[in-house]
Amino acid sequence: MNELLLVSILSGAILSGTPLLYATLSEVIGERAGIINLGLEGVMLVGAVVGFATTVKTGNHALGIAAAALAGALFNMIFAFMVISRRANQLASGLALMFCGVGLSALIGAPFIGSRIEGLAVIRIPLLSDAPFFGRAFFQYDILVYLAIPTAVVLWWFLFRTRWGLGLRAVGENPTAAYAAGKHPLLLQYQVLFIAGLLGGIAGAHLSLALAHTWAEWMTAGRGFFAVALVIFAKWNPLRAIAGALLFGGAISLQLQMQARGVPVSSFILDMLPYVLSLTVLALWGGARRSAVPGSLGRVFQGTE
Amino acid sequence: MDTAAGVAEMFRHKRVTAMIRFGGLFGLALVVFALVLLVFGQNPLRAYVDIFRATLGSVYGFSEVLVKMIPLVLTALAVAIPSRIWLINVGGEGQLFIGALFATWGAITFNDQSCWLLLPLIAILGFMGGGLWALISGVMRARGWASETISTLLMNYVAILLVSFFVFGPWKDPESANYPQSAPFPDAAILPFFPGSRVHLGALLAIAGLLIFHFVMSRTRWGLEMRAIGINAEAARRNGISTYRYMLLVMFIGGGLAGLAGMGEVSAIHGQLRPSLSPGLGYTGFLISWITMGNPLGIVAAAFLISIITAGGDILQMTHRIPAAAIHILMALVLFVVLARSTGGRGRK
Repeated sequence: MNELLLVSILSGAILSGTPLLYATLSEVIGERAGIINLGLEGVMLVGAVVGFATTVKTGNHALGIAAAALAGALFNMIFAFMVISRRANQLASGLALMFCGVGLSALIGAPFIGSRIEGLAVIRIPLLSDAPFFGRAFFQYDILVYLAIPTAVVLWWFLFRTRWGLGLRAVGENPTAAYAAGKHPLLLQYQVLFIAGLLGGIAGAHLSLALAHTWAEWMTAGRGFFAVALVIFAKWNPLRAIAGALLFGGAISLQLQMQARGVPVSSFILDMLPYVLSLTVLALWGGARRSAVPGSLGRVFQGTE
Repeated sequence: MDTAAGVAEMFRHKRVTAMIRFGGLFGLALVVFALVLLVFGQNPLRAYVDIFRATLGSVYGFSEVLVKMIPLVLTALAVAIPSRIWLINVGGEGQLFIGALFATWGAITFNDQSCWLLLPLIAILGFMGGGLWALISGVMRARGWASETISTLLMNYVAILLVSFFVFGPWKDPESANYPQSAPFPDAAILPFFPGSRVHLGALLAIAGLLIFHFVMSRTRWGLEMRAIGINAEAARRNGISTYRYMLLVMFIGGGLAGLAGMGEVSAIHGQLRPSLSPGLGYTGFLISWITMGNPLGIVAAAFLISIITAGGDILQMTHRIPAAAIHILMALVLFVVLARSTGGRGRK
């Protein structure tokens, strides 16, 4: 394997892995607080379209990213209201949120179909970016790529090293006990879903601003659902999510390279690999090692009656 | 407990209050969507009138609503049946695609047979395809390997990719230039239509599915045993009911019904296999089943309402120049208000 190919595959893995990582982190913290969100797909779409539209209108990428994050968070508040305050079923509310996001993003994005923007600027780090192999493979990316891994580390730190994270995980395991210990489960879950929405919006923004440079209906193409699978692969841990996102980003990237080089393997069969891999991993970890699943995932605090 | 009082109250004038309440909720969803349309510079009243005219205002429009109902009733049943023993099948979409894939294989392989042979064959193949696909998740769940919620969800994508693989590759119709689609079905493999409409024979399958489901659940030992598992799986197991066997059975039958939906769509509506076979029919079926708690009459009513709404998407695109997908907002709003209405809990996970 020559060096150029290796660089292409690596950088492809990092680029396609970035939106996956943000999305997976969004799902990880939500599920740690006991809430599974199948509407992440919709949140990402809203983030993608709002980020794109803002960037087209203002020409400012930073503003686009901020708008995408905020839009994702606000949109996720619909879901939060449904499952936390109204105690609606999480799977059904999530799917409804997905449909809502598909519709809303199509409506917002209609005038912007066909517009193109400058991609998110690549930030070159003096010396490092010019290094022969490593420079191209690791140091020629946009700001969201550089921030992805630190975000995961910070989230891990918040989850496992702060009182807020402890409370959050307690709510995910057993909200009644957390309540008895003086936590406020519903408030914590609202906070978590707001942050999850920010991350989902950023994931979408990276797709439209850094990867596609354009907007197309349903451009997330299942990445939101895919993140739900990655959470299992990551065993609800932000740090493992980094590895998972890179691995699956690598699968996507490898497949693109093989296609470009005319290797006679159907791209559709290769596309299946991540899903089949997730299923296998899920099955292997099932049964004996269930302990990683937050105890009250899918249920919502009912009060203390 | 206020929920207990609420439930008792509901039983007293169940029908009337429920209907008035639902009417109010539906009205609320319409108002919110009207506001959204206003924000985007559309006239919501005209939009609603157009949708109403195009769906309920003519015999043909009404028949088109029925056409859209067929796969939704089947995919809703695909969720409702496993949900009776608390299995959550989010995989209707994938099961529908595999059903269509199997049916297509039958139709293009035995294309010289008569319709008397071919139609039952593709129906059985469609059922088997969806059923076996769901059975994989059933086995994984029954053996304690993986939650069926996640595995059915993941397998949706595998199923859609599998269909893409066949229509872009081995089954691609050489006559269709660059379109990824299979060869057209022979006439003998196209489900017959009711005169003057596109309502196809799948409607009878959907009705039969509903009736059998209702009959089995309320009048047979199987229904009783499934209710027992649903109420307390552990107690049922100790009374000698094989929960393992029921897990496999409900997933197979549920998946099979979703497969039938796929067979109907590919045979009667598209006439050839395409990757764009389903605009989320499996997920919509899931939501229909959920908001009606799997009640057969409720499924029909909800499928009818959702079909009117989705038919409205095309109207909006044609007459108001807004994307057809925008109608998903209205659908989601209706689902939100219905999902939010319940006081929650009652053991539902």
